[in-house]
Amino acid sequence: MDFHFNEEQLMFRDSVRALLERDCTAAVLRELWAGESGRSDGLWRGLAELGLTGLLLAEEHGGLGMAEVDLVLALEESGRACLPEPLVETVLAAAPLLETLAAGGGSAASVAGKWLPRVAAGEARLALEHPANPCVADAHVAELLLLLAGDGSLHAVERAHVELTRQPCNDAARRLFTVDWKPGDDSLLANAAGAMRLLDAAFDRAAFGCAAQQLGIGQKLIDLAVDYAGQREQFGRAIGSFQAVKHHLATAQVAVEFARPVVYRAACSLATGHADAGLHVSQAKAMADEAALLAARTSLQVHGGIGYTWEVDLHAWMKRAWALEMTWGGSAWHRGRLADAVLADVDNNPREGQLQLQGVN
Amino acid sequence: MDLDYTQQQRAFRVEAREWLEANVPAQALQSMDTEQGFAAHREWETKLNEGGWAMVSWPVEYGGRGVDLIEWLIFEEEYYRAGAPGRVNQNGIFLLGPTLMEFGSDEQKARFLPPMAAGIDVWAQGWSEPNAGSDMAAIRTTAFRDGDHYVVNGQKTWCSRAVWADWIFCIFRTDPDSERHRGLSFMLVPLDAEGVQVRAIEQLDGETGFAEVFFDNVRVPVDQLLGEEGGGWKVAMSTAGFERGLMLRSPARYQATARKLVALLRDNPEAAQRDPTLGDRVIRGWMQAEAYALQTYRTASRIIGGGSIGAESSLNKIFWSEMDLAMHETAMALLGPRAELLPTARAAGDVGDWLDGFQFALAGPIYAGTNEIQRNIAAERLLGLPRG
Repeated sequence: MDFHFNEEQLMFRDSVRALLERDCTAAVLRELWAGESGRSDGLWRGLAELGLTGLLLAEEHGGLGMAEVDLVLALEESGRACLPEPLVETVLAAAPLLETLAAGGGSAASVAGKWLPRVAAGEARLALEHPANPCVADAHVAELLLLLAGDGSLHAVERAHVELTRQPCNDAARRLFTVDWKPGDDSLLANAAGAMRLLDAAFDRAAFGCAAQQLGIGQKLIDLAVDYAGQREQFGRAIGSFQAVKHHLATAQVAVEFARPVVYRAACSLATGHADAGLHVSQAKAMADEAALLAARTSLQVHGGIGYTWEVDLHAWMKRAWALEMTWGGSAWHRGRLADAVLADVDNNPREGQLQLQGVN
Repeated sequence: MDLDYTQQQRAFRVEAREWLEANVPAQALQSMDTEQGFAAHREWETKLNEGGWAMVSWPVEYGGRGVDLIEWLIFEEEYYRAGAPGRVNQNGIFLLGPTLMEFGSDEQKARFLPPMAAGIDVWAQGWSEPNAGSDMAAIRTTAFRDGDHYVVNGQKTWCSRAVWADWIFCIFRTDPDSERHRGLSFMLVPLDAEGVQVRAIEQLDGETGFAEVFFDNVRVPVDQLLGEEGGGWKVAMSTAGFERGLMLRSPARYQATARKLVALLRDNPEAAQRDPTLGDRVIRGWMQAEAYALQTYRTASRIIGGGSIGAESSLNKIFWSEMDLAMHETAMALLGPRAELLPTARAAGDVGDWLDGFQFALAGPIYAGTNEIQRNIAAERLLGLPRG
């Protein structure tokens, strides 16, 4: 039993942080909001050069063959930087799904063989339609879209063959779409039964990704407020010296700090294929969402009127926290999934102290 | 990161489980805050020690097994799983014990630790004074040096377990001209010393879990000073770190409460129907207990890796105390009108000891430094906000 990240994982986090601090500043974010695509091919390639986009993919697909536990700190960094690129959609949701399918051979294998190396190289992004989300995120920059037909079957369609309608949303960085397209035999990846299983696994990975990002977002929201409270003076002193302000921020920090090990456990469970990985993801998503929402609410309150303006950067992180909370299962949905499992466990028998790690029974 | 237990850890769990199954009293002991209950709990401590389970993470020479913190957590899980009695010597084994390991001389460790593990010396805590509660730097009880003794005068209050305990650990002001946290010293005092008077204080539940202790020219030998004269604040902060952080409130305790709460919800479906928020409150408590366990394993990993627990222990203290209270409030809401009944009431049904637990949980945000103080510490030392 060891909760440490290893040297490589920490170094990878540091590399991602350094890149994002250089290339994903608040000024860059504002520039991207104003652009049509809202995305930066250069930033995506930069992340690919670090190995991030192919991290979960096997070496035969140009990836690093690593696991969620190697990725979680980088995801946290992407939240901290408010990165607009579709890491969760491409790296966690769609690419591993395609890779799983490819293992069965057939048309999926050729689709994967063509597209996954491009994802790993930073030359392509993927989008995935999922019943949990009303829209498809980042479909406009995805060279390949994985879409659901009316009969529940899963298809791979290139962007040239779909029609996108942008759905305006609150977070200036997000790009959401509805997609019009026609399924055909040549686009079929998996029938309805097979697709459901794949979509469930993709859902868990994506929900985990959002949870990890929420940790970074929540911490950044607190940090922004701490900086502001240290400078802003009222009644002749910095507002951060007032106990009421301190207590708000300490409360938010408690929430973020205790969501953290839950998210790390989810990473570990996904990586090792733990039988309860889905439940561990649900706990992570529910707790990280709530921590980020509390941090957002707190940060806004500490900033006061200035926090309610477009001019101050705070809203970028606040709106991202709100958006991710509702994506890939809201926190209420995830609490519900966990509640069903806990209440159904008739003996309420802890498998090793409820950590549900492998012990003796 | 590897969240599986090792073979050795699993074997240790089995060994602990088997011993506890064979030895935990079938009947729950009386409250340790009654005279008879205290005696019964002391007997249990002795039995634990005979089995080698009194304080598993201590070195063998002091009555422990020298296991690491992960195995200590495993032992705690098994302890609560077995429904074993509460630790009457918790102030000693969880707070003073680790502090002695850190600051005590070899002679002090050899003198105090083994009888502590054996339940021969049960320890009380003497931190607060009538005008120094969470503000420990305001301590005014004095100890002046007279030859090879200190002479102590003054009063301590809220001294947990002091009514029937054998020893008390305190901080006194050894430099009368000093202010705030300078000039304080940490001392170990037998409660039967001449000039010590203990006056019981009845708690909210009518029991005498704590007391006032008066010192009237009490002579304390200098070899019962822990750490340096005038260096008591540093020693006390270390003890407070154990209290807020890892040792005193092991996760197994809250996970046991969470399991009981889930069972209570299941047994009272009509309450959850009447108020649909109750189910959600139960699952939030369950999640928090698990998060606390994971965080504790994470902290244990860090300490084993050579790290330390600093001001983060304030976040811990806020978290466990508020989680515990929230779970008990939820239980009271689930019980509804029956929640006011004592377990001895004929109409009580399955109320169990929730009322007792609720009243104890109410003290959580107060003792070990109020949560207001913890929030100040977290804001200033972890977040770097300016001092008021």
